[in-house]
Amino acid sequence: MKKVALAVTLFIGALLLYAAKDFSVWGHLQSPASASPVSKHFIADTGVDTEVPNMVTAVLADYRGFDTMFETVVIFIAGIAIIAILRRTGADADSPAIQRESDVVAEPDLIVTNTVRLLIPVIQLFAFYVLAHGHVSPGGGFQGGVIMGASFILVALAWDLPKALDRLSVDRAIMLAGVGILIYAGIGLFSMLLGGEFLDYAELSHVLPVSREMARYHAMLGVEIGVAFTVTTVMFAIYANLSTRGRLEGGL
Amino acid sequence: MFGEEGLLNELLVERFNYCVYVVLLLIGLYAMIAKNNLIKKLIGMSIFQTAIILFYVSIGVKEGATIPIYLAEHDPHGHHAEHIVHLDEANTIDVSEENATPLRLSHEQDHGHHAPRSLTDEETLGYANPLPHVLMLTAIVVGVATLGVALALTQRIYRAYGTIEEDAVLAAIQAEDAATVIPDVLATKPKAKKG
Repeated sequence: MKKVALAVTLFIGALLLYAAKDFSVWGHLQSPASASPVSKHFIADTGVDTEVPNMVTAVLADYRGFDTMFETVVIFIAGIAIIAILRRTGADADSPAIQRESDVVAEPDLIVTNTVRLLIPVIQLFAFYVLAHGHVSPGGGFQGGVIMGASFILVALAWDLPKALDRLSVDRAIMLAGVGILIYAGIGLFSMLLGGEFLDYAELSHVLPVSREMARYHAMLGVEIGVAFTVTTVMFAIYANLSTRGRLEGGL
Repeated sequence: MFGEEGLLNELLVERFNYCVYVVLLLIGLYAMIAKNNLIKKLIGMSIFQTAIILFYVSIGVKEGATIPIYLAEHDPHGHHAEHIVHLDEANTIDVSEENATPLRLSHEQDHGHHAPRSLTDEETLGYANPLPHVLMLTAIVVGVATLGVALALTQRIYRAYGTIEEDAVLAAIQAEDAATVIPDVLATKPKAKKG
């Protein structure tokens, strides 16, 4: 079996290397990815269309806004799926947790908890910075959301899971994840009500005291906030469920 | 096949990034096919995913280009802010009616120079294509979420069968099937004979 697998793998590797010969040279200016009209359009006109200096954010939240919305929905669905798969019902719920020797209740370590107490405000502030500054520097909703989610996971690691769940219970996490998607879709629908197409942020200039380009700039921030809500809460929900096999107690 | 000097040079020097991605991809693929342990299969899947991410990011590389964020001189927003400051200055001086015309002139010139404009072809050469970065940015986060689902399924399998070795799980499933299907087969056989 293993020999067959190795043969198949090596055959595919040979095919891929054979194909790699036709790829353009590393960093070549005329490579399809660099010379395509799409790339040129994004680089040349993002500033004119949206006034956002970070092209990655502009492409993510505006040009490809529909795609990103459903990426966020995928994350939301993954969070729900993990809870549904691991939730204990009926006979499962009654069965007592397996007692292990490592289950002895220990006091959270003083040094660890105090360090974390100092670190968490910095981490969360940095998450907000990454989120809000995503237009002009590397960052955005996904990155800020992951950093924010990490701060909650850090609480669970340093103390225990119930302490983190006191701050953000899994039910509330999933609710907030839904709120994030509603913010995203809501901005899209709102621009539709104002006469544009779905996610056509420029129409928001009818209600915001800014130009059409700046309306797209500000709407992108709103959309990124929605993404950050979903990513933060789903990351924490995934950790909380996986680390306790769905029991949501004890933890590491 | 690879003994030829030109081909080796072409593959290992000019296209080294593709070699690395192929190797990573093969490690992941082999782990997914050959390993018996479900967690090891998932580790293979993650390595495979990393190979794809490396592939996308490396085709986005452009010689002499910087990250796809406008430099200060191309930054539309920076000029916009500057533009507002100019307007304010012009307004306050309009009120005091001192040196109004020269400032206004300079402001007009600034406007012509600083209004957001498309970059020329020459200037676009200075920035990498943002699209591969966008695609991988979402792929990484979605990859974490889907890996979470896979791990949850593995935990569920462990809860049900007490093992995450694939062959043991398969044997258990077959044993279960055999236990439930055989009575049905016995019940239907006489009917088949009659028919």
